[in-house]
Amino acid sequence: MRGGKAIPVLTILAGIVLAWYVGTYFMNAPFQRGLNDRRGATPTFSEFVGQTMSQPKPTLPAPHQVAVNFFENTFQRKVTSGQSLVYHSWVTLSSTLLGFLFGTVLGIVIAVGIVHVLALDRSLMPWIIASQTIPILALAPMIVVVLAAVGLTGLIPKALISTYLSFFPVAVGMVKGLRSPESSHLDLMHTYNASRSDVFWKLRLPASVPFLFASMKVAVAASLVGAIVGELPTGAVAGIGAKLLSGSYYSQTIEIFSALIAGSIVAVVLVTTVGLVGRMTERAMGARPA
Amino acid sequence: MLETKIAQPSNTRKAAETVVEASDLSLTFQTNDGPVHALSDVSLSIGKGEFVSFIGPSGCGKTTFLRVIADLEQPTSGAISVNGMTPSQARENRAYGYVFQAAALYPWRTIDRNVALPLEIMGIPRAEQKERVARTLELVNLTGFEKKFPWQLSGGMQQRASIARALAFDADLLLMDEPFGALDEIVRDHLNEQLLDLWARTNKTICFVTHSIPEAVYLSTKIVVMSPRPGRVTDVIESTLPAERPLDIRETPEFLAIAARVRDGLRAGHSYDD
Repeated sequence: MRGGKAIPVLTILAGIVLAWYVGTYFMNAPFQRGLNDRRGATPTFSEFVGQTMSQPKPTLPAPHQVAVNFFENTFQRKVTSGQSLVYHSWVTLSSTLLGFLFGTVLGIVIAVGIVHVLALDRSLMPWIIASQTIPILALAPMIVVVLAAVGLTGLIPKALISTYLSFFPVAVGMVKGLRSPESSHLDLMHTYNASRSDVFWKLRLPASVPFLFASMKVAVAASLVGAIVGELPTGAVAGIGAKLLSGSYYSQTIEIFSALIAGSIVAVVLVTTVGLVGRMTERAMGARPA
Repeated sequence: MLETKIAQPSNTRKAAETVVEASDLSLTFQTNDGPVHALSDVSLSIGKGEFVSFIGPSGCGKTTFLRVIADLEQPTSGAISVNGMTPSQARENRAYGYVFQAAALYPWRTIDRNVALPLEIMGIPRAEQKERVARTLELVNLTGFEKKFPWQLSGGMQQRASIARALAFDADLLLMDEPFGALDEIVRDHLNEQLLDLWARTNKTICFVTHSIPEAVYLSTKIVVMSPRPGRVTDVIESTLPAERPLDIRETPEFLAIAARVRDGLRAGHSYDD
């Protein structure tokens, strides 16, 4: 890691793991105590601590239980297996990416409209903001049902839920980006008697690129949330959302946690990738190296 | 008041070809604090091949006048013609190149592509673009910096690139709005010398906004002294300096006399009052 950040970050991580273990003990102790009482067992304290850390369906699984489960389900299963986290992650990732693509395109189109058409500038923004105040959990089943009624099932409905969440940051960021050129840059175009399309392609669009990538980072994370939420109410059998849901049906808390970790890793990979592509693009466009 | 008594030599000695002709030009901005009279009854004519400086304190309307010529502002009353056309027609005919105070280079374009920008917009064929970019960059001594991005160049070089951009499409009129205002004095001297050289070689008409008296006197064939509230012309001075101007001409009595007259004009317009 750059700039000697490794030690602070690892210290925080160690703190979190420690707190997690302490939490595990206190969360799982009541159930374990009841179980031991019914069995008439009298373990020593250290035995008792060990018991709270190795329940098959703990209230809060211990970090090492999650780690073992995550390792097994990621590396020791065929990727085609219904148990494999790689398989579930891929299912979620594919609808995330499709939804992110739709959302980015939709966001850009909306922003271009707002910047160039006065009527849209006046009318559209309040609706776009209102759209984001509706809880996606309430909306997702409706989208799925309505689309199923017109014969659309599978990847597309889930992707559209991602789109719904991801177009917003892109639209807002791009409106700002397309309006970011300084007045002297715009005046210059005016002195050349440049057409609106020249102003767009040669000035507004390149000027908006940093804004685009900043908002795409937010959008890709929102897309992932959308895809996972989209799997919850749809009775999906595959995907990280489906894994979370089935885990909660059967109280498989360890499974839930390792699915969550899989989801976080996908999120980190997505956000980092967008950031990297953004930095490469800006470098190619002459940005001063940081 | 002195200002009304001052003769306007441009009216008596009309140039063979007039590039800019303004009569009773006024421009009032409506602001929340009431109207601001940026220009008030400005009459002026600029002949072909002249180097005209506009000098005055901030708020005297010198930049506004340049922007009116460029069709970046609309006058409230009065008449103005550029090359015998309205400013808007002149702009559509790409009659002028405009140099802003900040270089206003597009940061994502290399220097050569910045200079090529107006050529791209004007639909000039690629081969000719290349040839013109090379020629104008040579004119401002930037050959060898084609592939640099603007931030890799010094402020003076950036401003030279922006002058190259204004020259690239061969407009006869060059409008320059305090182009060297943000540069240090040494760089400025150097660029002034180069600008005169460029003007002599290209025979363009140059309108140059500044608030430096030595710069105005050194560069110009005609100095327009302006004063604020309302923005108006208080004096128009035809320079008696020879066309050939080494930097040390600035120590000659003739130079100092013109500079003194500029200062008098500014004082008459209350430019030194608070």
